[in-house]
Amino acid sequence: MARTAALAIALVLGPALAAAAEPPAARQAELLHLLEQDCGSCHGLTRKGGLGPPLLPADLDGKDVAIIALVILEGVHGTPMPPWKSELSDEDAVWLAARLKQGDVP
Amino acid sequence: MRALLLVLAVLLSWAASAGELRGTGDLGVVVERATGSLLVVETTGRTALGRVEGLGDLSHASVVFGRDGRHAYVFGRDGALSKVDLLEQRLTRRVVQAGNAIGGAISDDGRLIAVSNYEPGGVRLFDAGTLQQVGDVPARWADDGRLSKTVGLVDIPGRGFAWSLYDAGEIWVGRFDDPARPALRRYPNVGRLPYDGNITADGRFYLAGLFGEDGVALVDLWDPDAGPRRILDGYGRGEEPLPVFKMPHLGGWAAAGDELFLPAVGRHELLVVDRRRWAEVARIPVAGQPVFAVARPDGRQVWVNFAHPTNGVVQVIDVPSRAVIATLEPGRAVLHMEFTPRGEQLWLSARDDDAVIVLDPWSLARIATIPAHKPSGIFLAARANRIGQ
Repeated sequence: MARTAALAIALVLGPALAAAAEPPAARQAELLHLLEQDCGSCHGLTRKGGLGPPLLPADLDGKDVAIIALVILEGVHGTPMPPWKSELSDEDAVWLAARLKQGDVP
Repeated sequence: MRALLLVLAVLLSWAASAGELRGTGDLGVVVERATGSLLVVETTGRTALGRVEGLGDLSHASVVFGRDGRHAYVFGRDGALSKVDLLEQRLTRRVVQAGNAIGGAISDDGRLIAVSNYEPGGVRLFDAGTLQQVGDVPARWADDGRLSKTVGLVDIPGRGFAWSLYDAGEIWVGRFDDPARPALRRYPNVGRLPYDGNITADGRFYLAGLFGEDGVALVDLWDPDAGPRRILDGYGRGEEPLPVFKMPHLGGWAAAGDELFLPAVGRHELLVVDRRRWAEVARIPVAGQPVFAVARPDGRQVWVNFAHPTNGVVQVIDVPSRAVIATLEPGRAVLHMEFTPRGEQLWLSARDDDAVIVLDPWSLARIATIPAHKPSGIFLAARANRIGQ
């Protein structure tokens, strides 16, 4: 049920999220720092997983950028994955999700 | 000529190091997580003595010390167990024992190292001298053979260890007189998602913090048949939890007199618990989601650091009045704090300043700054002589 709801939201939000502009270069650097250091606390510095699941491109295969961005923004209820929407804008989350999927992260 | 000079230089440095005897009571290590290195430090002159490299992925690495205070055992996220000689400042042994690990402990007799693994889920035992594997306790929790991630591994008196099963919601206690055939005791259904555990300084009570619900599971090791108890049940009931951007650590809880100071999960508070009754006696509002609460060894103060986005702040709590008496911004991204054993110095790592900062907890003045590469955990060798450290 929760998954269906998330999917429905993603379908509605998806195009809006996908159309989000890229964050400026300075913000991109901040986001990569956050990804390595803060996401890395649970998902591993090299994103091979820890208390949280691995986030390498193979692990995200088949998951849409909009869904990944939604998970980043809203968190996963009942797990330690927090909602990052107070810290990240939609475009931040979409940009991070796309980088993760492509493995285009230093 | 150059060769001769080189030989001379080597001989001189050998003579210098051989001639200098020193103890390890004032030594420690700082984890440099991005570069996979350890900085060996000393707290008398407050300097770095050297760097040991080649330790792998040290995100969330932790360290315990052999009972001689000379050897540090480093538990890396990549499953590596490394043994470092503080006096020679070199890596003496290293084994990759699992795919993904979270921490470890050393037995009271100093002969067994236990490592808590995420992948494969369970605890593995190693000879502290050779790092050869001598035991394996898979965290099997379901009929289909699934393994749970293990967390909160600590040593307990009587050549044993206690740990929690994150996915399964269980606490296990093992005695390892024969590491190949441990005497295990399982406590199922302690609560959802235990995320960390710790033991009181006397080695009697094991506590596991629960992420999946508001509460803490407690096992009295002096009365193992009594089973797990729930304490602080529903400490946040009815309130919407705040997002937790970094998992709090129970490993850094503060024990001051008869009270424990625990970071609340999803609330910007410290919980004060009376450890005679195991009841909440107060909550102290703080600046953000607390990560570590550490007591000055005399128990007069508790220092707290915070998760993103408040990780540049450190607060000082006066224990008798339970009041925040100072809010400091000592550096950017403060990840960890460690007191010297007599409490006259507080060492903290400021990751984004690439520095370890030493404060005088009495005057709150900065007394030293030591450059370090993205420092995280700080572990002083005095831990060698304490239960659960």
